[in-house]
Amino acid sequence: MSDAQTNSFIAFLPEGILLLGILALFGVTLGTNRVGAARHVSVATAIALALACAATFKAEAVLFDGAYRVDAFSQWLKLVFALGYLGCVVIGNHLKDIRADIRPEYFFLLATSVMGFVLLAGSVDLITLVVALELSSFPLFLLIAMRREAKGRRSQMESAIKYMMFGIAASGIMLFGMGYLYGLTGTTSLPLLVERLQPVMHTPLAITGVILTMAAFFYKLAVFPFHFWTPDVYQGASNETTAIIASLPKVAAVLLLLRFAGAATPEAQTLAVMLAILAIGSMFFGNLLALAQTDFKRLLGFSAIAHAGYTLLGLVALEEAGFTASLYYVTGYLFMILACFTVITRVSRDGANLPISALAGLHKRSPLLAATLLAGVFSLAGMPPFVGFMGKFSLLTAALQQGFLWLVLLAVLNTVIAVYYYLRVVHAAFFTEPSGDADTSPIHLDPAARVLCLLLIAVIIGLGTVPGLFLDTIADSLSSIFPPS
Amino acid sequence: MNLTESSTAFSFLSVLVFAPLVAAAIALVLRDERRVRQWTLLATAAIGVFSLFLLRGFEASTAEFQFVEHREWIPHLGMYYTLGIDGISLLLVLLTTLITPFCVIASWTVVKLRSKEFMICLLIMQTAMTGVFTALDFVLFFIFWEAMLIPMSILIGVWGGPGRVYAAIKFFIYTMAGSVLLIVAIIALRLETGTFSIPALMDQPYDRSFQLWIFGAFFISFAIKVPMFPFHTWLPAAHVEAPTAGSVLLASILLKMGAYGFLRFCLPITPLATIHFAPAILWLSVAAILYGGLTALAQSDLKKIVAYSSVAHMGFATLGIFLLVHHGTIGGALVMINHGVTTGALFIAVGIVYERVHSRDLARAAGLGRQMPIFAFFLGIFCLSSLAFPGTNTFIGEFLVLAGAFETSLILALAIVPGIIVAAAYNLRILQRVAYGGTKNPDHSGVADLGTREILLLTPFLVFILWIGLQPGPFIGLMEASIQNILDIVARSSGALNP
Repeated sequence: MSDAQTNSFIAFLPEGILLLGILALFGVTLGTNRVGAARHVSVATAIALALACAATFKAEAVLFDGAYRVDAFSQWLKLVFALGYLGCVVIGNHLKDIRADIRPEYFFLLATSVMGFVLLAGSVDLITLVVALELSSFPLFLLIAMRREAKGRRSQMESAIKYMMFGIAASGIMLFGMGYLYGLTGTTSLPLLVERLQPVMHTPLAITGVILTMAAFFYKLAVFPFHFWTPDVYQGASNETTAIIASLPKVAAVLLLLRFAGAATPEAQTLAVMLAILAIGSMFFGNLLALAQTDFKRLLGFSAIAHAGYTLLGLVALEEAGFTASLYYVTGYLFMILACFTVITRVSRDGANLPISALAGLHKRSPLLAATLLAGVFSLAGMPPFVGFMGKFSLLTAALQQGFLWLVLLAVLNTVIAVYYYLRVVHAAFFTEPSGDADTSPIHLDPAARVLCLLLIAVIIGLGTVPGLFLDTIADSLSSIFPPS
Repeated sequence: MNLTESSTAFSFLSVLVFAPLVAAAIALVLRDERRVRQWTLLATAAIGVFSLFLLRGFEASTAEFQFVEHREWIPHLGMYYTLGIDGISLLLVLLTTLITPFCVIASWTVVKLRSKEFMICLLIMQTAMTGVFTALDFVLFFIFWEAMLIPMSILIGVWGGPGRVYAAIKFFIYTMAGSVLLIVAIIALRLETGTFSIPALMDQPYDRSFQLWIFGAFFISFAIKVPMFPFHTWLPAAHVEAPTAGSVLLASILLKMGAYGFLRFCLPITPLATIHFAPAILWLSVAAILYGGLTALAQSDLKKIVAYSSVAHMGFATLGIFLLVHHGTIGGALVMINHGVTTGALFIAVGIVYERVHSRDLARAAGLGRQMPIFAFFLGIFCLSSLAFPGTNTFIGEFLVLAGAFETSLILALAIVPGIIVAAAYNLRILQRVAYGGTKNPDHSGVADLGTREILLLTPFLVFILWIGLQPGPFIGLMEASIQNILDIVARSSGALNP
């Protein structure tokens, strides 16, 4: 490995660029009323970050005494984070629903959070991992609270507190679990920890440690029963903030779950069954409650819980094909959910929450937005040729391969339940005429939003029909993380 | 069965499948709606003519898949991009490519609102439909199979009648619910054999109980699509509310996919289960024939009559297929093609009536024949074809099925006979009312007879009705080898069971 090591300065290029971007944003926040500048710096940072990840794709390095690793796997994920970041910034537009005087700070905090996610991708030591995780979480707590205060509504504060309390509690449980793992293995270095954990993985102590550690990641992913914050936070946070919370942390959560699940083999039935129960609980809870929602963001919140359940299907398999499928699915999910939030932020002119009925006549008001919504929603529903289908297909294959037929049948049953509420969204956007006093004027999209819509549609279809390169790379890099035991 | 590579490097089928999609992309950038219509017609007509060249290269004497294209697609998941056709799919592909231009003509003046998006949906549909009939990789098949749902629901839900939203959502949920088990079956087959290749999955010695489960998953999804009694309830709603072109596509192509699924997957992949379940399916088919016919007789909405007659006709198709004897299965396959031609024509005829009197009510349409003698002539032939009058296409198909039924079981055959009589009754009822009846009817004197566009639209259907009716040989010849091969697989596996 040491022969192939890249110059560590180059290997750290993406993080360096992001750091420069954050410093620049900090500079911008020192002035007044410079939201435009902050936005431009953010877009430039995101694009530069994506390019840097692509450029350092082949880089391999171990930094900071083995606490941080740069390899194809981490670079892929950083690229995904960079693209998600770019999407979030463009979706954020002019931050209609954020208090006007702190809008530049919003971009600054967002970039800081992204820094946390990027660092997570490379962290291979418990200490760096925890630091990166908290770095990614804390700015999000603030972002939620930054929503403009409407008359008689302080739900943003309630949401922020909820998100924070749950988050801190989950972190506490995680640290508790990590304590067990450290006690068992005597190391904080993940590769070493995983290696030493494998022989004792059947012991109750190891299973308890792993499950407790995973609790924090379940919270991020909104897995039942760690989901309670989801609908309220989705509803209480501004549309732009919800887009961030709904997208980037999910990928990070799956990434972290994989790091620890790698310790177990398919023979670890206890862990697999536990994950399966969580998956079933999430799917049913999310889908059944989503059926009754009228607010689009709240609906997406419940659907996020259901999707967390689908994502766990791959982890249940506890082997590489399943891990690849989970990562593939959650990456696709990132783009689907961004597509939905692009529509939400553009249809809701003043940044208010969007009832599903407000989508009425969207195909006349803006065909491009309607098409984006169609791609996003049908992909969430798991229809081909979108990525939602191929992702679910690979998840189901992985789970069935390990003999979880009952789990697979329950998952497809859930797919059918879910179709109903996704169709309600399509129904509103395509088949319903707006009622009398509704806004029917055409929606004009700025060029950036146009490009974002087209890109999202292209990625959702592209990842669904020709995911070959993506899957191969993920699978290859996963096998480098988990050397066959 | 081996995949014989086509001798030419030219990807005939890929062009056929994806040309409509390319045409849709071009239509997307055209500004003028009139241009879009003209372009769509030109494109679909060109694809239709182009597809006829398939006949030149097709070798009817073999059951091998032809025009095969085999490429890597997603190696990580073991999926390949494989296309190919045999005799069964050839006719269905041609039906698809030849019907679509007529759907465009049929919606020429009717679809006024957003006709550009309408045409784009139509073109995407064509890609998906052609894809279903040519895909030889199970996942690829499934993608085309499901990809059809979105544009079809939009066709119904946006451009349909008053109850369109209900119909569109019912159609979507029914079909989607049916096909989720198909995914599980596909994955299970892959885990059993290690491949998604349809030809490689055929004729394998699967465990009997495994076959029963797989067959069950197949059956639910295909039976909903056919639709077989008692899974048919989405059909009348969808048919009645869909715009004319949508009804034609539904009747002519989409319903065929279910029966195609039976022929392509159930029989050769799960032959033991097929034999096990065949008697039950035969009686379900008889129920469909009787139920569809009797319900059609009780309707006063022209589209509903044709919709329920579809249930009955498709009952003949599934009956023929599951007779598992030479005549019956060929008859069943022929009924599929015939139903595509005849019912497509009838839906266009109903659309013509609706354009003129703005109602599909049989009573309102009564007496139109006086003002529209040319139309009455066409309608007469179509109705005769629908009731299986000798000399028309349907007669050949249903006669073969009936002959097969007599070979198998006398009781079964006798049970069908009332269905045939009822078919005559409801078709003659349409003909009698529309062409001759209704002196007390509101004034139809302002109603014009068929224009040139409409005559051009209906004539090809007439030609095919009489052509298949009078000279079915070439049509049967195209698919005989493929069907015999499937029946051989079934016979072999049952022989292996009881030597």
